[in-house]
Amino acid sequence: MNGDLVIDVRGITKRFSGRTVVNDIAMQVRRGEIYGFLGPNGSGKTTFLRMLCGLLRPDGGSGTCLGFDILTQSAEIKKHVGYMTQRFSFYEDLSLEENLDFVARVYGLPNRRAVVEKGLESLGMTARRKQLAGQLSGGWKQRLALAACMIHEPELLLLDEPTAGVDPKARRDFWEEIHRLAARGLTVLITTHYMDEAERCHSLAYIAYGNLLARGTVDEVIGSAGLTTWEVSGPGLPELAEKLRGLPGVEQVVAFGTTLHVSGRDAAQLKASLSPWMAGEHRWQQVESGLEHVFISLMETAKDNYG
Amino acid sequence: MLRHTFNFRRFWAIVVKEFIQMRRDRLTFGMMVGIPLLQLILFGFAINMNPKHLPTAVLSADNSVFARTLLWSLRNSDYFALVRVAESETEVRSLLKQGDVQFVLHVPEDFSRKLLRGERPSLLLEADASDPAATSYALSALDALVVNVFNRDLKGPLRRLRATPGPVELRIHRHYNPDIITQYNVVPGLLGVVLTMTMVIITALAITRERERGTMENLLSTPVRPGEVMIGKLIPYIMVGYVQVSLILLAAKFLFDVPMVGSVLLLYGVVLAFIGANLAMGITFSTLARNQLQAVQMAFFYFLPNILLSGFMFPFRGMPTWAQAIGEVLPLTHFLRIVRGILLKGNGPRDIAPELWPIALFMVIALSIGIKRYRQTLD
Repeated sequence: MNGDLVIDVRGITKRFSGRTVVNDIAMQVRRGEIYGFLGPNGSGKTTFLRMLCGLLRPDGGSGTCLGFDILTQSAEIKKHVGYMTQRFSFYEDLSLEENLDFVARVYGLPNRRAVVEKGLESLGMTARRKQLAGQLSGGWKQRLALAACMIHEPELLLLDEPTAGVDPKARRDFWEEIHRLAARGLTVLITTHYMDEAERCHSLAYIAYGNLLARGTVDEVIGSAGLTTWEVSGPGLPELAEKLRGLPGVEQVVAFGTTLHVSGRDAAQLKASLSPWMAGEHRWQQVESGLEHVFISLMETAKDNYG
Repeated sequence: MLRHTFNFRRFWAIVVKEFIQMRRDRLTFGMMVGIPLLQLILFGFAINMNPKHLPTAVLSADNSVFARTLLWSLRNSDYFALVRVAESETEVRSLLKQGDVQFVLHVPEDFSRKLLRGERPSLLLEADASDPAATSYALSALDALVVNVFNRDLKGPLRRLRATPGPVELRIHRHYNPDIITQYNVVPGLLGVVLTMTMVIITALAITRERERGTMENLLSTPVRPGEVMIGKLIPYIMVGYVQVSLILLAAKFLFDVPMVGSVLLLYGVVLAFIGANLAMGITFSTLARNQLQAVQMAFFYFLPNILLSGFMFPFRGMPTWAQAIGEVLPLTHFLRIVRGILLKGNGPRDIAPELWPIALFMVIALSIGIKRYRQTLD
């Protein structure tokens, strides 16, 4: 066993009443890594996380999480993993302090008082300890949830869309906190829909329709997609977009503010299709493909293959 | 002002939407049809305020033609079903205490001799009157019966014995509730009814709430085991149950003067099994319900037969066999007999044992279904 791998699983498969939700997924995550897990809604991300922390039993596959067998040692895994659910899942009718205290008790922490105090301090909420969790704003709820997941000092954090509905400032603070924790050796597996967040991860995996489509660093993922993107600016972009869509080699035509991004995997065919317009009133420029282009391209392909 | 007028299209949009939602929520839809049907069947067929064929035992020291005539016409009256010929006074006591019979008719040794002499011999009818409603019709029927029962035998020279006020004197002993005070029956019964209602609803909600709010997922990702969650959730409600029991018993004693002949301590012990059975039922509902509304609906659906078929509201023996069979399954039916038995009749552990095991059995079955379903919901 490789001691440096916090998550090391392969062939993970899960079916719900005959429908394959997670299909033969392998994943290796190293200690201290922030691993981004991306994919469209309903692609099986949450199900995969639930299997990692022992909430669900995989129908197929094997592997270890923190060195414990995911099939037989889920009780051990639960003790060392912090799982933050997509929806706020602490008690809205308990105060901040009571929520943290409850979690500390459930994990059987010896110095409970001190741990709860530390948790409140780290949140900067010592003064609001008596406030009910239900009265908190989205951003604060998310911070409370993170503090509660961290209370037993887990070695692995599983975060399921932790920043959905959180404002940009709170999101940035959150990510700084994640990076601080990772620097101290905590491993983080995080699902997100935000491209800027994906770019903040050390490694990425992209999953659609239960299948793993791409993985690696941001550059590796973009590079492996082999996508060419042209940026157009000028007058009458909506009309131009209509004309470009459906041309051979043109896979995506997306409006970005006052510009249009046109992408395709076959660079030569794309250029051939676009060339009639390149002489006109529009300004054309080849740009680097972004993660979003890559992911949408992956998703479209996946739809043809699996969907 | 036009903006404030009633717009038919907008109104219709709401109507259409409501119908779609109603159709989607199968359970609510089922309840809307099911509850009236259930009520119709229970009220229409099961409930009978004029119970007949009440189990009666006879302790007869006289085997004369008159005694036989008496028993025969008793049976013919439809109100009494002679189920037992008792051998001794002690047997009679225990038959009444355990509720095996509603009445015991004593025919004294010198009955026919006194009758023939015109001395108006006395017939003693002992009644378990803890539920006054169950016995009143039968008692008044008997009153009328004894006046004329011997007319066929008293003919010829004996004809003169037919004189008013009748050839025999009927004495009735109403046991356990001699003054026919309805509260003596209802207040102990309420103990069971209140526990059934609150315990089932409260537990059904407690676990469904965790699932509905998403906190269950969080809970399951921690090292806490399903058994710890279940038992941990039940303990506070068991305590609530005991507070309710104490409140009702205090009210029964000081507000309603309900006699407490038996051991209250024994009652407190037995209550645990009954609370347990109801909590188990609640847990089972909570594993079936998808949301809190459904949990409440299920609890209500369970509550209805409990209140109607348990003998709380209407005499148990007045119901047809099928309704009694359903009633026998419900823990409340047995608990009512236990509570009334302990408080009014002074029943001890041996008297209540036959009513205790059905409650325990119900609890075991409900709990095993609940735990099985709860485990499944993890995946």
